[in-house]
Amino acid sequence: MQINKIMSYTFDKEDLKQIDAIKAKYPTVQSATMPVLWYAQDKFGHVNAEVQHLVATTLDIPESHVHGVATFYTQYYKKEMGKYVLDVCTCFSCQVCGGYDMLHYIEDKLGIKAGETTPDGKFSIQEAECLGACGYAPMLQVTNDVYVNHLTKEKIDSMIDGLKEDKLPEYEEILPPQLISKD
Amino acid sequence: MAIDFQNYKTLIIPQGGNLRDIKAYEKQGGYKALKTVFDARESAWTRENVINEVKTAGLRGRGGAGFNTGLKWSFMPKPDGGKRYLAANGDESEPGTFKDRVIFEFNPHLFIEGAIIGAYSIQADAVYVYIRGEYRSWIRFMEQAVADAYKAGYLGKNILGSGINIDMYVHSGAGAYICGEESSLMESLEGKRGYPRVKPPFPAQRGLWGRPTTINNIESLANVPLILNMGAAKYAEMGAKTHPGPVLYGISGHVNRPGVYEFPTGMLITDLIYNVAGGIRNGKKLKALVPGGSSTPILRADQIEGVSMDADSLRTAGSMMGTAGMSILDEDTDMVDFLYRISHFYHHESCGQCTPCREGTGWLEKILKKIKNGDGEMRDLDLLLDLTTQMEGRTVCALADAAAWPVRHTITRFRDEFEARCRKSVFAIA
Repeated sequence: MQINKIMSYTFDKEDLKQIDAIKAKYPTVQSATMPVLWYAQDKFGHVNAEVQHLVATTLDIPESHVHGVATFYTQYYKKEMGKYVLDVCTCFSCQVCGGYDMLHYIEDKLGIKAGETTPDGKFSIQEAECLGACGYAPMLQVTNDVYVNHLTKEKIDSMIDGLKEDKLPEYEEILPPQLISKD
Repeated sequence: MAIDFQNYKTLIIPQGGNLRDIKAYEKQGGYKALKTVFDARESAWTRENVINEVKTAGLRGRGGAGFNTGLKWSFMPKPDGGKRYLAANGDESEPGTFKDRVIFEFNPHLFIEGAIIGAYSIQADAVYVYIRGEYRSWIRFMEQAVADAYKAGYLGKNILGSGINIDMYVHSGAGAYICGEESSLMESLEGKRGYPRVKPPFPAQRGLWGRPTTINNIESLANVPLILNMGAAKYAEMGAKTHPGPVLYGISGHVNRPGVYEFPTGMLITDLIYNVAGGIRNGKKLKALVPGGSSTPILRADQIEGVSMDADSLRTAGSMMGTAGMSILDEDTDMVDFLYRISHFYHHESCGQCTPCREGTGWLEKILKKIKNGDGEMRDLDLLLDLTTQMEGRTVCALADAAAWPVRHTITRFRDEFEARCRKSVFAIA
């Protein structure tokens, strides 16, 4: 990862329009803190101190408040992360279905531990708490977005091969067993 | 009481393909309950009548506490001209729970219809749908469904020509178990750290932005159109008498066919494990069951005979219904490792506001780690039990209780396994 990478964090006109739309959903500006942090993270990839400062000045609320919120919620990245963050669930439903085996397999494969980022800045691994996919364990989530369920070593291999070429895994629709289709 | 579950026709899980498309939902009779209520609101469906119907139906909250939904609605004070809110709780962060996402993905309009009827009943101006941040895919489904409902005229100004205005907004969490607690959820919606509030004042008195607010679980609200369509009397006859209606059972762990299943309450646990979910994987034997999410007390295999999934039966058996997220554990499960992982979760998720919880969850995890690693002593087990009694009921919210229960019950119900990992406590005698 490049350290002290020079990057200026600003919101452009379109961003400010989106942020105004977010503000309109709530009776107070403070309520926009979380969605605007999300917006910023989607744009910049993280919400480090400088991004927090930008969010605070944009919303005209204390920077300490934004910092407090950003640090309370685990999904906000307070520092630069790898391009793809693999959140491997090891909470108990995944634990009893091999979640740790999958985590350790990914750690070995990428040569880093949970909480670390590969030197090329491509991957970070995190050990995640319950992600709400207990029936489809073991599973992981890619950069706060798509879920990859029913993990196997083969599935991890092809997922990581894909991500190396910036091919995101596709959303997996899992039908409830009782859902009766139209036909 | 036996339930003819093999012939049960699901009401929340759609029959007729995915109903995310609003047209498909309407074709199946969707938004009929809402139209009926708004058409007849001067005569049959006054706000009071809707609340009474839901109350008589006996619908109990599906988020874990199991409180009567209609009764909760009736706590809202008389309007004073200011804003009032309904918050829909889709935080779904109790480990073992993955049922509300089925509604978001396959039948979101059933929930939206129920939420609009709920908002009408309690005279709320807006509904805030709080969904855990990890569910980004499901947040997209919901945002689309809400936009479609606006376009069709079920949300916004002058809904169906009734003169009633109700808005609905989807709010994304960002990774905090505690935000499923109703007052923490409100703090989070207000853009703050999710610290639970001291009650009273209760949300109906002072909730979101200081205004009267009701918080209901997603699945609870999805039940509302069902009640109005079939009538409270018929609904009350479904499943267990004191806890009626359909329930989404999220079955996970060591079973052959895990997943989210819908059946009436009061299903025999053995039916759910062996006949619905296909029994234990690899021909193994059942060891234990966590019936309703990680905080509900664990039951040994010999404790579930004849026990059904409803509040009364589970209380008698020594546990709780919770979210009906059932985790099934086979005979090979190491209970010490299992409990350590649960305690790690609660330590991670304690918001840190109250000392007994912040410190207590940390010590639970630390001592369990020591035992797990083979360095524990027999007296550590009693220390753990002592700790749980010092945590329960001494904090602002129930997270400390939720962290203490699994420790207390797993140790008392599987004490031999814990003792087998501990050394004898040696005191100097000379």
